[in-house]
Amino acid sequence: MTARTLAPLDMDADSARVRRLAPTTERDVMRSAGMRGARRPVRRVLPGFGLSLGYTIVYLSLIVLIPLSAVFIKTAELTWPAFIDVATAPRVMASYRLTFGASFGAAVINVVFGFLVAWVLVRYRFPGRRFIDALVDLPFALPTAVAGIALTGLFAPKGWLGAQLVPLGIKVAFTPLGVLVALTFIGLPFVVRTVQPVLETLPREIEEAATTLGASRWDSFRRVVFPVVLPALLTGFALAFARAIGEYGSVIFIAGNMPMVSEITPLIIVTKLEQYDYTGATAVAVVMLVISFLLLLAINALQAWTRRRQGALA
Amino acid sequence: MRALLIGLALAFLTLFLFVPLAFVFYEGLKKGLGVYLAAIAQPDALDAIKLTGLTAAIAVPLNLVFGVAAAWSIAKFSFPGKSLLITLIDLPFSVSPVIAGLIYVLIFGLQGWFGPWLREHDIKIMFAVPGIVLATTFVTFPFVARELIPLMQAQGTEQEEAATVLGAGGWQTFWRITLPNMKWGLLYGVILCNARAMGEFGAVSVVSGHIRGSTVTLPLEVEILYNEYQFAAAFAVASLLALLALVTLALKFFVERHTHELQPPAGEDSA
Repeated sequence: MTARTLAPLDMDADSARVRRLAPTTERDVMRSAGMRGARRPVRRVLPGFGLSLGYTIVYLSLIVLIPLSAVFIKTAELTWPAFIDVATAPRVMASYRLTFGASFGAAVINVVFGFLVAWVLVRYRFPGRRFIDALVDLPFALPTAVAGIALTGLFAPKGWLGAQLVPLGIKVAFTPLGVLVALTFIGLPFVVRTVQPVLETLPREIEEAATTLGASRWDSFRRVVFPVVLPALLTGFALAFARAIGEYGSVIFIAGNMPMVSEITPLIIVTKLEQYDYTGATAVAVVMLVISFLLLLAINALQAWTRRRQGALA
Repeated sequence: MRALLIGLALAFLTLFLFVPLAFVFYEGLKKGLGVYLAAIAQPDALDAIKLTGLTAAIAVPLNLVFGVAAAWSIAKFSFPGKSLLITLIDLPFSVSPVIAGLIYVLIFGLQGWFGPWLREHDIKIMFAVPGIVLATTFVTFPFVARELIPLMQAQGTEQEEAATVLGAGGWQTFWRITLPNMKWGLLYGVILCNARAMGEFGAVSVVSGHIRGSTVTLPLEVEILYNEYQFAAAFAVASLLALLALVTLALKFFVERHTHELQPPAGEDSA
């Protein structure tokens, strides 16, 4: 009797949990949150709502929102033509090309190899797998300055790896190629960590079914695995790209920092600050911030898509 | 096929992860243990260790308290604008560390909003410890909150509601129910937050002023030594940070084994 009355309750709780986790309603569509509040006025049983939300908003404003708004307020001191002048000066334009080009290249490399690493970690069992799995996060944990000097030392013309490349006529350290190497290192975990959980939930039977029905291995990969993994791959790409365009510490050691050639945009901001050109630094920062915000929106949408795809399978 | 794919993946990881990591320790220890220990025992290095510890000791608890408060309000209650709030909490991850430093220069620097007032009252924030703490707090802002929010959302409110209905007070419910339920997620967030707080370079570099002995953290000390061509010393100090990274990964691995059934949704924990 008790069990029977409890069962529907539990089911309710489960569906509530599912609803709470569903990203499309909860996280990405503000409107729906508002609508739900209006449709179902909640009588709050638990205490502390006012205190915790109030503290959250005050702290968020003090540490993040008000300081960030300073960038936009400071830039408003510039007229529009003056802003364009600063933000599109030749040296700044060269830095955008390098920063966005190298970030794009590094994110592409990470999509290819990140997918490969995720695939190998999920599908194969080999000695040291768990150790390697844990070490994939190293770029998150290793301070960027340490990564910077290590990669520079390795890829310098006399370094372990750089010396191998000299006979081939390839220079990595102190060239744009060095920027690419540093950004590849920094972005490495993103694709692995977004693709890995999707591959884990992909039932092997689907591929086996495709093979049984006569698909070649390549066909079953292209038609079955790839469409499922695609949103996660794109999310990983966007995360790696977004991280790379703002990256500073690991790049400045290896880049050589030659104006017009190997100078990244964050370094332009730092250089302008050191010359007390606050408005100049801020104008370039606004360009980067706007692009970062757009990327953040894209990433949110991609993550929602990933979870929908994954949810459809589970 | 299988051997080829494993080989390729391992070759890539070796080139980009294992070799750089090994290289830090190799370069640090190349001239012998004596030189290595002497480099770490330098007064400048010791001051940097102290400042790095102090910074993390302030920034991490600040973001810990915030993370718990944010997760409590977001996961346990429904209110309009919630998804906007979650996006805003994630914001510092999308901001370049350099810009994280810049914003505080614009506010507290000499030409900044409060610059003249601060100078009149002889309060130093820029190129001093408070600026370093602020910039670090900014870049580590989301870590604890973004671990706790999905975890507490998944756990729901049934247990807390039961406790309240049975007569428990708010704090009692929190300490006895909520905290034990979220402890692994909390620990996970704190570990990541601490690693970033101790290792942050870009944001701190902008606000530090690089005054040796007073505003130089460990990552900045690495930079200074490296730019002075003291490579052995630079890598010796860097190896301390590399050790911190390895300890962080080990703790993370340990905590993940405890939380595998309560993992946040895909993509949530990467960044």
